[in-house]
Amino acid sequence: MQPSDHLFRRESGRMVAALTRIFGIHNLALAEDVVQDAFCRAMEVWPFRGVPENPSAWLMATAKNCALDMLRRDRTARTFAPEVSRLLRSEWTLAPAIEELFGPNEIKDDLLRMMFSCCHPRLSEESQVGLILHILCGFSVHEIANAFVSGHAAIEKRITRAKKVLAGSKKLFDIAAPADFSTRLPAVHQALYLLFNEGYHGASPEAAVRADLCREAMRLAALLLEHPLGAIPATYALSALMCLNAARLPARVDASGNLNALIDQDRALWDRELVGEGLRFLDLSATGSELTEFHLEAAIAAVHATAHTTEATNWEKIVSLYDTLMTIRPSPIVALNRAVAVAQREGPERGLAEIREIENPDRLASYPFYFAALGELEFQLGRHETAREHFQAAAALARNPMERRFLDQRATASIPVKRNREHADPATGPARTSPSSAPPDPGCSSRR
Amino acid sequence: MSEFTYLYRGRQPLGSPEENQKHTEKWMAWFKDLGAKGHIRNPGYPLEGGGKVVAGKDKMVKDGPYAEVKDVVGGFTIIEANDLAHAAELAKSCPILDVGGSVEVRPIQIMNM
Repeated sequence: MQPSDHLFRRESGRMVAALTRIFGIHNLALAEDVVQDAFCRAMEVWPFRGVPENPSAWLMATAKNCALDMLRRDRTARTFAPEVSRLLRSEWTLAPAIEELFGPNEIKDDLLRMMFSCCHPRLSEESQVGLILHILCGFSVHEIANAFVSGHAAIEKRITRAKKVLAGSKKLFDIAAPADFSTRLPAVHQALYLLFNEGYHGASPEAAVRADLCREAMRLAALLLEHPLGAIPATYALSALMCLNAARLPARVDASGNLNALIDQDRALWDRELVGEGLRFLDLSATGSELTEFHLEAAIAAVHATAHTTEATNWEKIVSLYDTLMTIRPSPIVALNRAVAVAQREGPERGLAEIREIENPDRLASYPFYFAALGELEFQLGRHETAREHFQAAAALARNPMERRFLDQRATASIPVKRNREHADPATGPARTSPSSAPPDPGCSSRR
Repeated sequence: MSEFTYLYRGRQPLGSPEENQKHTEKWMAWFKDLGAKGHIRNPGYPLEGGGKVVAGKDKMVKDGPYAEVKDVVGGFTIIEANDLAHAAELAKSCPILDVGGSVEVRPIQIMNM
């Protein structure tokens, strides 16, 4: 028997969260050491004895025993979490208290406590996402740097500093206080949204790494939904938009790592199960009076997910959803996506007119898909040379090799290949002769 | 067929959870493969890092062994192979070699009494 994929990574988050609850947030490093001890045991014993029947329970029990040893040894020398330290002092209460603190429901709450603690207001959003990935998802600094295509040293500095803030925050976030919970919840939503986006649009050239990040964000959002205070319409909407966009991942990047525009995607590859899940969440989000940007982005993704072809897409509905999104969270990127949808419905000329009317267009000057959108619309109007210039400008702004390749191909394809040349050298002709009319899979990029 | 002992020396440095899992899986795959080919007589045991060493006529008991990590025996397995060369050949795919460790291959003496 093999342990399931990423078992250690997932269990790492559960164990660190449970141990930090007992040791106190100031002993985060100690909790991480104990988790390493537990992994060390598994690495020594499993090869000889095989994977235990319930590997996750085995690891948790091992961490528990390592913690008991440590508490017995250090209980006079250290201070632990104030809420439980009284129980840890006597041998009579120590073992039963630890047993209870390692119960499955306790651990779910521990994960939430840690998730909320990571979204500390003194930390930047990037630091919050980094901490969540590191502590709750078990990614090493190196793995985070890889996923974000960022320097190891920069990420290490960010995580170390963030951990210091966290360890200095005296105690873990109290999830039992409803008012505090609701106040911190939007920050948690935002962090999970960013984590998901990093997976969806991020820089890593490896599709597997990016899918991993999306999956982690979805797993943590599901955890929020299990808590009565977390299961609010906005969380359902966030989960819906994650599922509906993640459903397109299999078609978004092909086997050789090439990006596919939404309208070129093979819709048969979309994950129908995730679409169903997303639509179910979207239904559940439609209670109460609050309409969040997550609701709107999920609704837009739902229109795409339920259309059998690009032509059958209800572009009118998409434009109207973008209109509403513009009223609650206006941004030039939302306006751009809206203009692209208008072009789908009313033609490229109207699309270009909408783009010209975008306010604060300077904020789009570094956004590659602004120029890509101009390129697509110019191409449709037959102005091939202008189109190519826009695509070249877009390619120069690409944020990762995958985007660059995608935009370079568009630039090349803007000038239709002459027939006789195609016959002369069939091997070098571009596979596609026309660029498509939409930026690649907008996903939930409206705020980037 | 003869019996041999593998003594594993050295240890994988701890990495990220993902790396730790990958390493554990590599070991398990190696064991499984040896077992499937009928080479494992007894999987043996991993050994704890520390212990005692009792030595000499005056029965001195010391903590230890305090050798370098790469020299400490971390576990053993009893295997079956045609001969010593075959046993050594089989040890070549042991994952401990990837992390700078070693496998000591020793024939077990069989006494017919």
